[in-house]
Amino acid sequence: MTFDVATIKADFPLLSRVIDGKPITYLDSAASSQRPQSVLDAMDRYYRESHANVHRGAYRLATEATDAMEGARQKIADFIGAPHAHEVIFTKNATESMNLFAQSWGRGHLHAGDVVVLTEMEHHANIVPWHMLTESIGIELRWIPVDENGELDLTDLDRLLDGAKLLSVTAMSNVLGTITPIKRLADAAHAAGATIVVDGSQYVPHLPTDVVDLGIDAFVFTGHKMLGPTGVGVLWGKTELLDAMPPFLGGGDMILQVTKDGFTTNELPHKFEAGTPAIAEIVGLGAAVDYLTALGMEDVRAHEVSLTAYAMRSLKERFGDDITIHGPSEPASRGGVLSLIYKDVHPHDISQVLDQDNVYVRAGHHCAKPLMQVMGLNATARASLYLYNDEADVDTLADALASADDIFGF
Amino acid sequence: MAGLEDLYKEIILDHYRNPRNRGELETPPAVKAEGFNPLCGDEIVVFIDVDDSGTIADVAIGGQGCSISQSSASMMSAAIKGKTTDEARDLIESFKGLMSIHEKGLDGAAAEGDKPDLSMGDLSALRGVVKFPVRIKCAVLSWNTLAQALDDARTN
Ligand SMILES: Cc1ncc(COP(=O)(O)O)c(C=O)c1O
Repeated sequence: MTFDVATIKADFPLLSRVIDGKPITYLDSAASSQRPQSVLDAMDRYYRESHANVHRGAYRLATEATDAMEGARQKIADFIGAPHAHEVIFTKNATESMNLFAQSWGRGHLHAGDVVVLTEMEHHANIVPWHMLTESIGIELRWIPVDENGELDLTDLDRLLDGAKLLSVTAMSNVLGTITPIKRLADAAHAAGATIVVDGSQYVPHLPTDVVDLGIDAFVFTGHKMLGPTGVGVLWGKTELLDAMPPFLGGGDMILQVTKDGFTTNELPHKFEAGTPAIAEIVGLGAAVDYLTALGMEDVRAHEVSLTAYAMRSLKERFGDDITIHGPSEPASRGGVLSLIYKDVHPHDISQVLDQDNVYVRAGHHCAKPLMQVMGLNATARASLYLYNDEADVDTLADALASADDIFGF
Repeated sequence: MAGLEDLYKEIILDHYRNPRNRGELETPPAVKAEGFNPLCGDEIVVFIDVDDSGTIADVAIGGQGCSISQSSASMMSAAIKGKTTDEARDLIESFKGLMSIHEKGLDGAAAEGDKPDLSMGDLSALRGVVKFPVRIKCAVLSWNTLAQALDDARTN
């Protein structure tokens, strides 16, 4: 497949929607992407032809359903370079994955006074679970600061990691687009004797991912930002790490034996997958991974770097000092997440004005309030780019943005 | 589809650009309440100074947010200054009625017949907000914060 955005766009039924006589310009994929027809078809076919509960029945349909789900698990493992499919644990979303990790690994490894290191650019999904352990266990949090360019300031890294049990860090900021130096952070964490878990929610959809090459211990991401359906997320962990973690939810599927006196846990991945999973969604995520693999993640990344460069350049050329684009200035060291400040129009008003032209961006704190506090902002308007966006979308954004002047009278 | 001119009325933009009663009051004697809109990050701080006769002698507004939340707060401050706390509570009710958030659906028209209140003045310019349901929260934020401040003033 060659990388032709017009062809790609045509694969996404929602993107051809016309509202009030105007096409839509979808620039909110960092919040949730759209899905190609192949994902919708895979889920539809699964329900029409192969649905039964998994891992339980000996009959034909149950086997097909189980094969469909386990086939998806293998595809997802391959997609992130996981050595074993059983290391891929299905959850509801990245938030649940991080909570699973925090509760289960935390229960097994953390005690009062133990240190967990985060960064100032985390999403609330990688902050609040740790605050909860601060309350329940009495762990201590340390924060890697963010500099003016929106990059992690690693000057004090060794001191921050000194004596720490865990480093939990995002691979790409959902506000600034910053790509963090995960390999370096993994090395530093391990040198300090700490475990490293990475929030890959914004990374996996956009860059080739190899968890072994990154040198990390655990990884979380969410299906709906990578062309998959809502309702499915992943926790990946090294086998030894997952084996040493106590179960999270208890119930069917996660047990080997249950008596009136107690239970024994099943092997991986079932140990962490209590109850009937989101089978159709998992199948859909498998199809999303097929779509991304066919396009080639190297090419996806190359397209996004060049589109991000175009967006940063053209918006600056057109609006000059009237526009601020937060985050790293070098397109190659960031993702296509553009947090904008335009004149002094409030981001909420910007997204309202853009909505008039069916240009969809997000306004607010993007679930990263500590980062916003550090940056001295209370909101930004965030336009985020994906594989189905093109230069015309960026131009439409710029035109719609200029129309704010008519209302706010600059 | 509702046009933006229904939302961004001139008077609203005027209050946004030139907010009235912007600042802080010393606490005590004033009471301070803070309101947050967790969805968009808007923050409003309301200070009221209630005298012995139950009159709001002074009011100040702090915080930051969009044109709708800020202009609503500004108009509110102008409308309640010099009013009694009971009058302020009535105004909160009327304003929420205007925003159709009492039992009624979100179709603006329903609220209008409800409780005609001439003292709404400039505030009725915010009526267009009901056509943009996600913005109702912005318009109501300062009023909920005021209600909290009034409660605090009573218990003080
Ligand atoms: C960096 C990051 N982490 C975690 C999440 C949470 O994803 P979900 O809401 O699917 O659990 C998001 C998405 O909002 C995100 O951008």
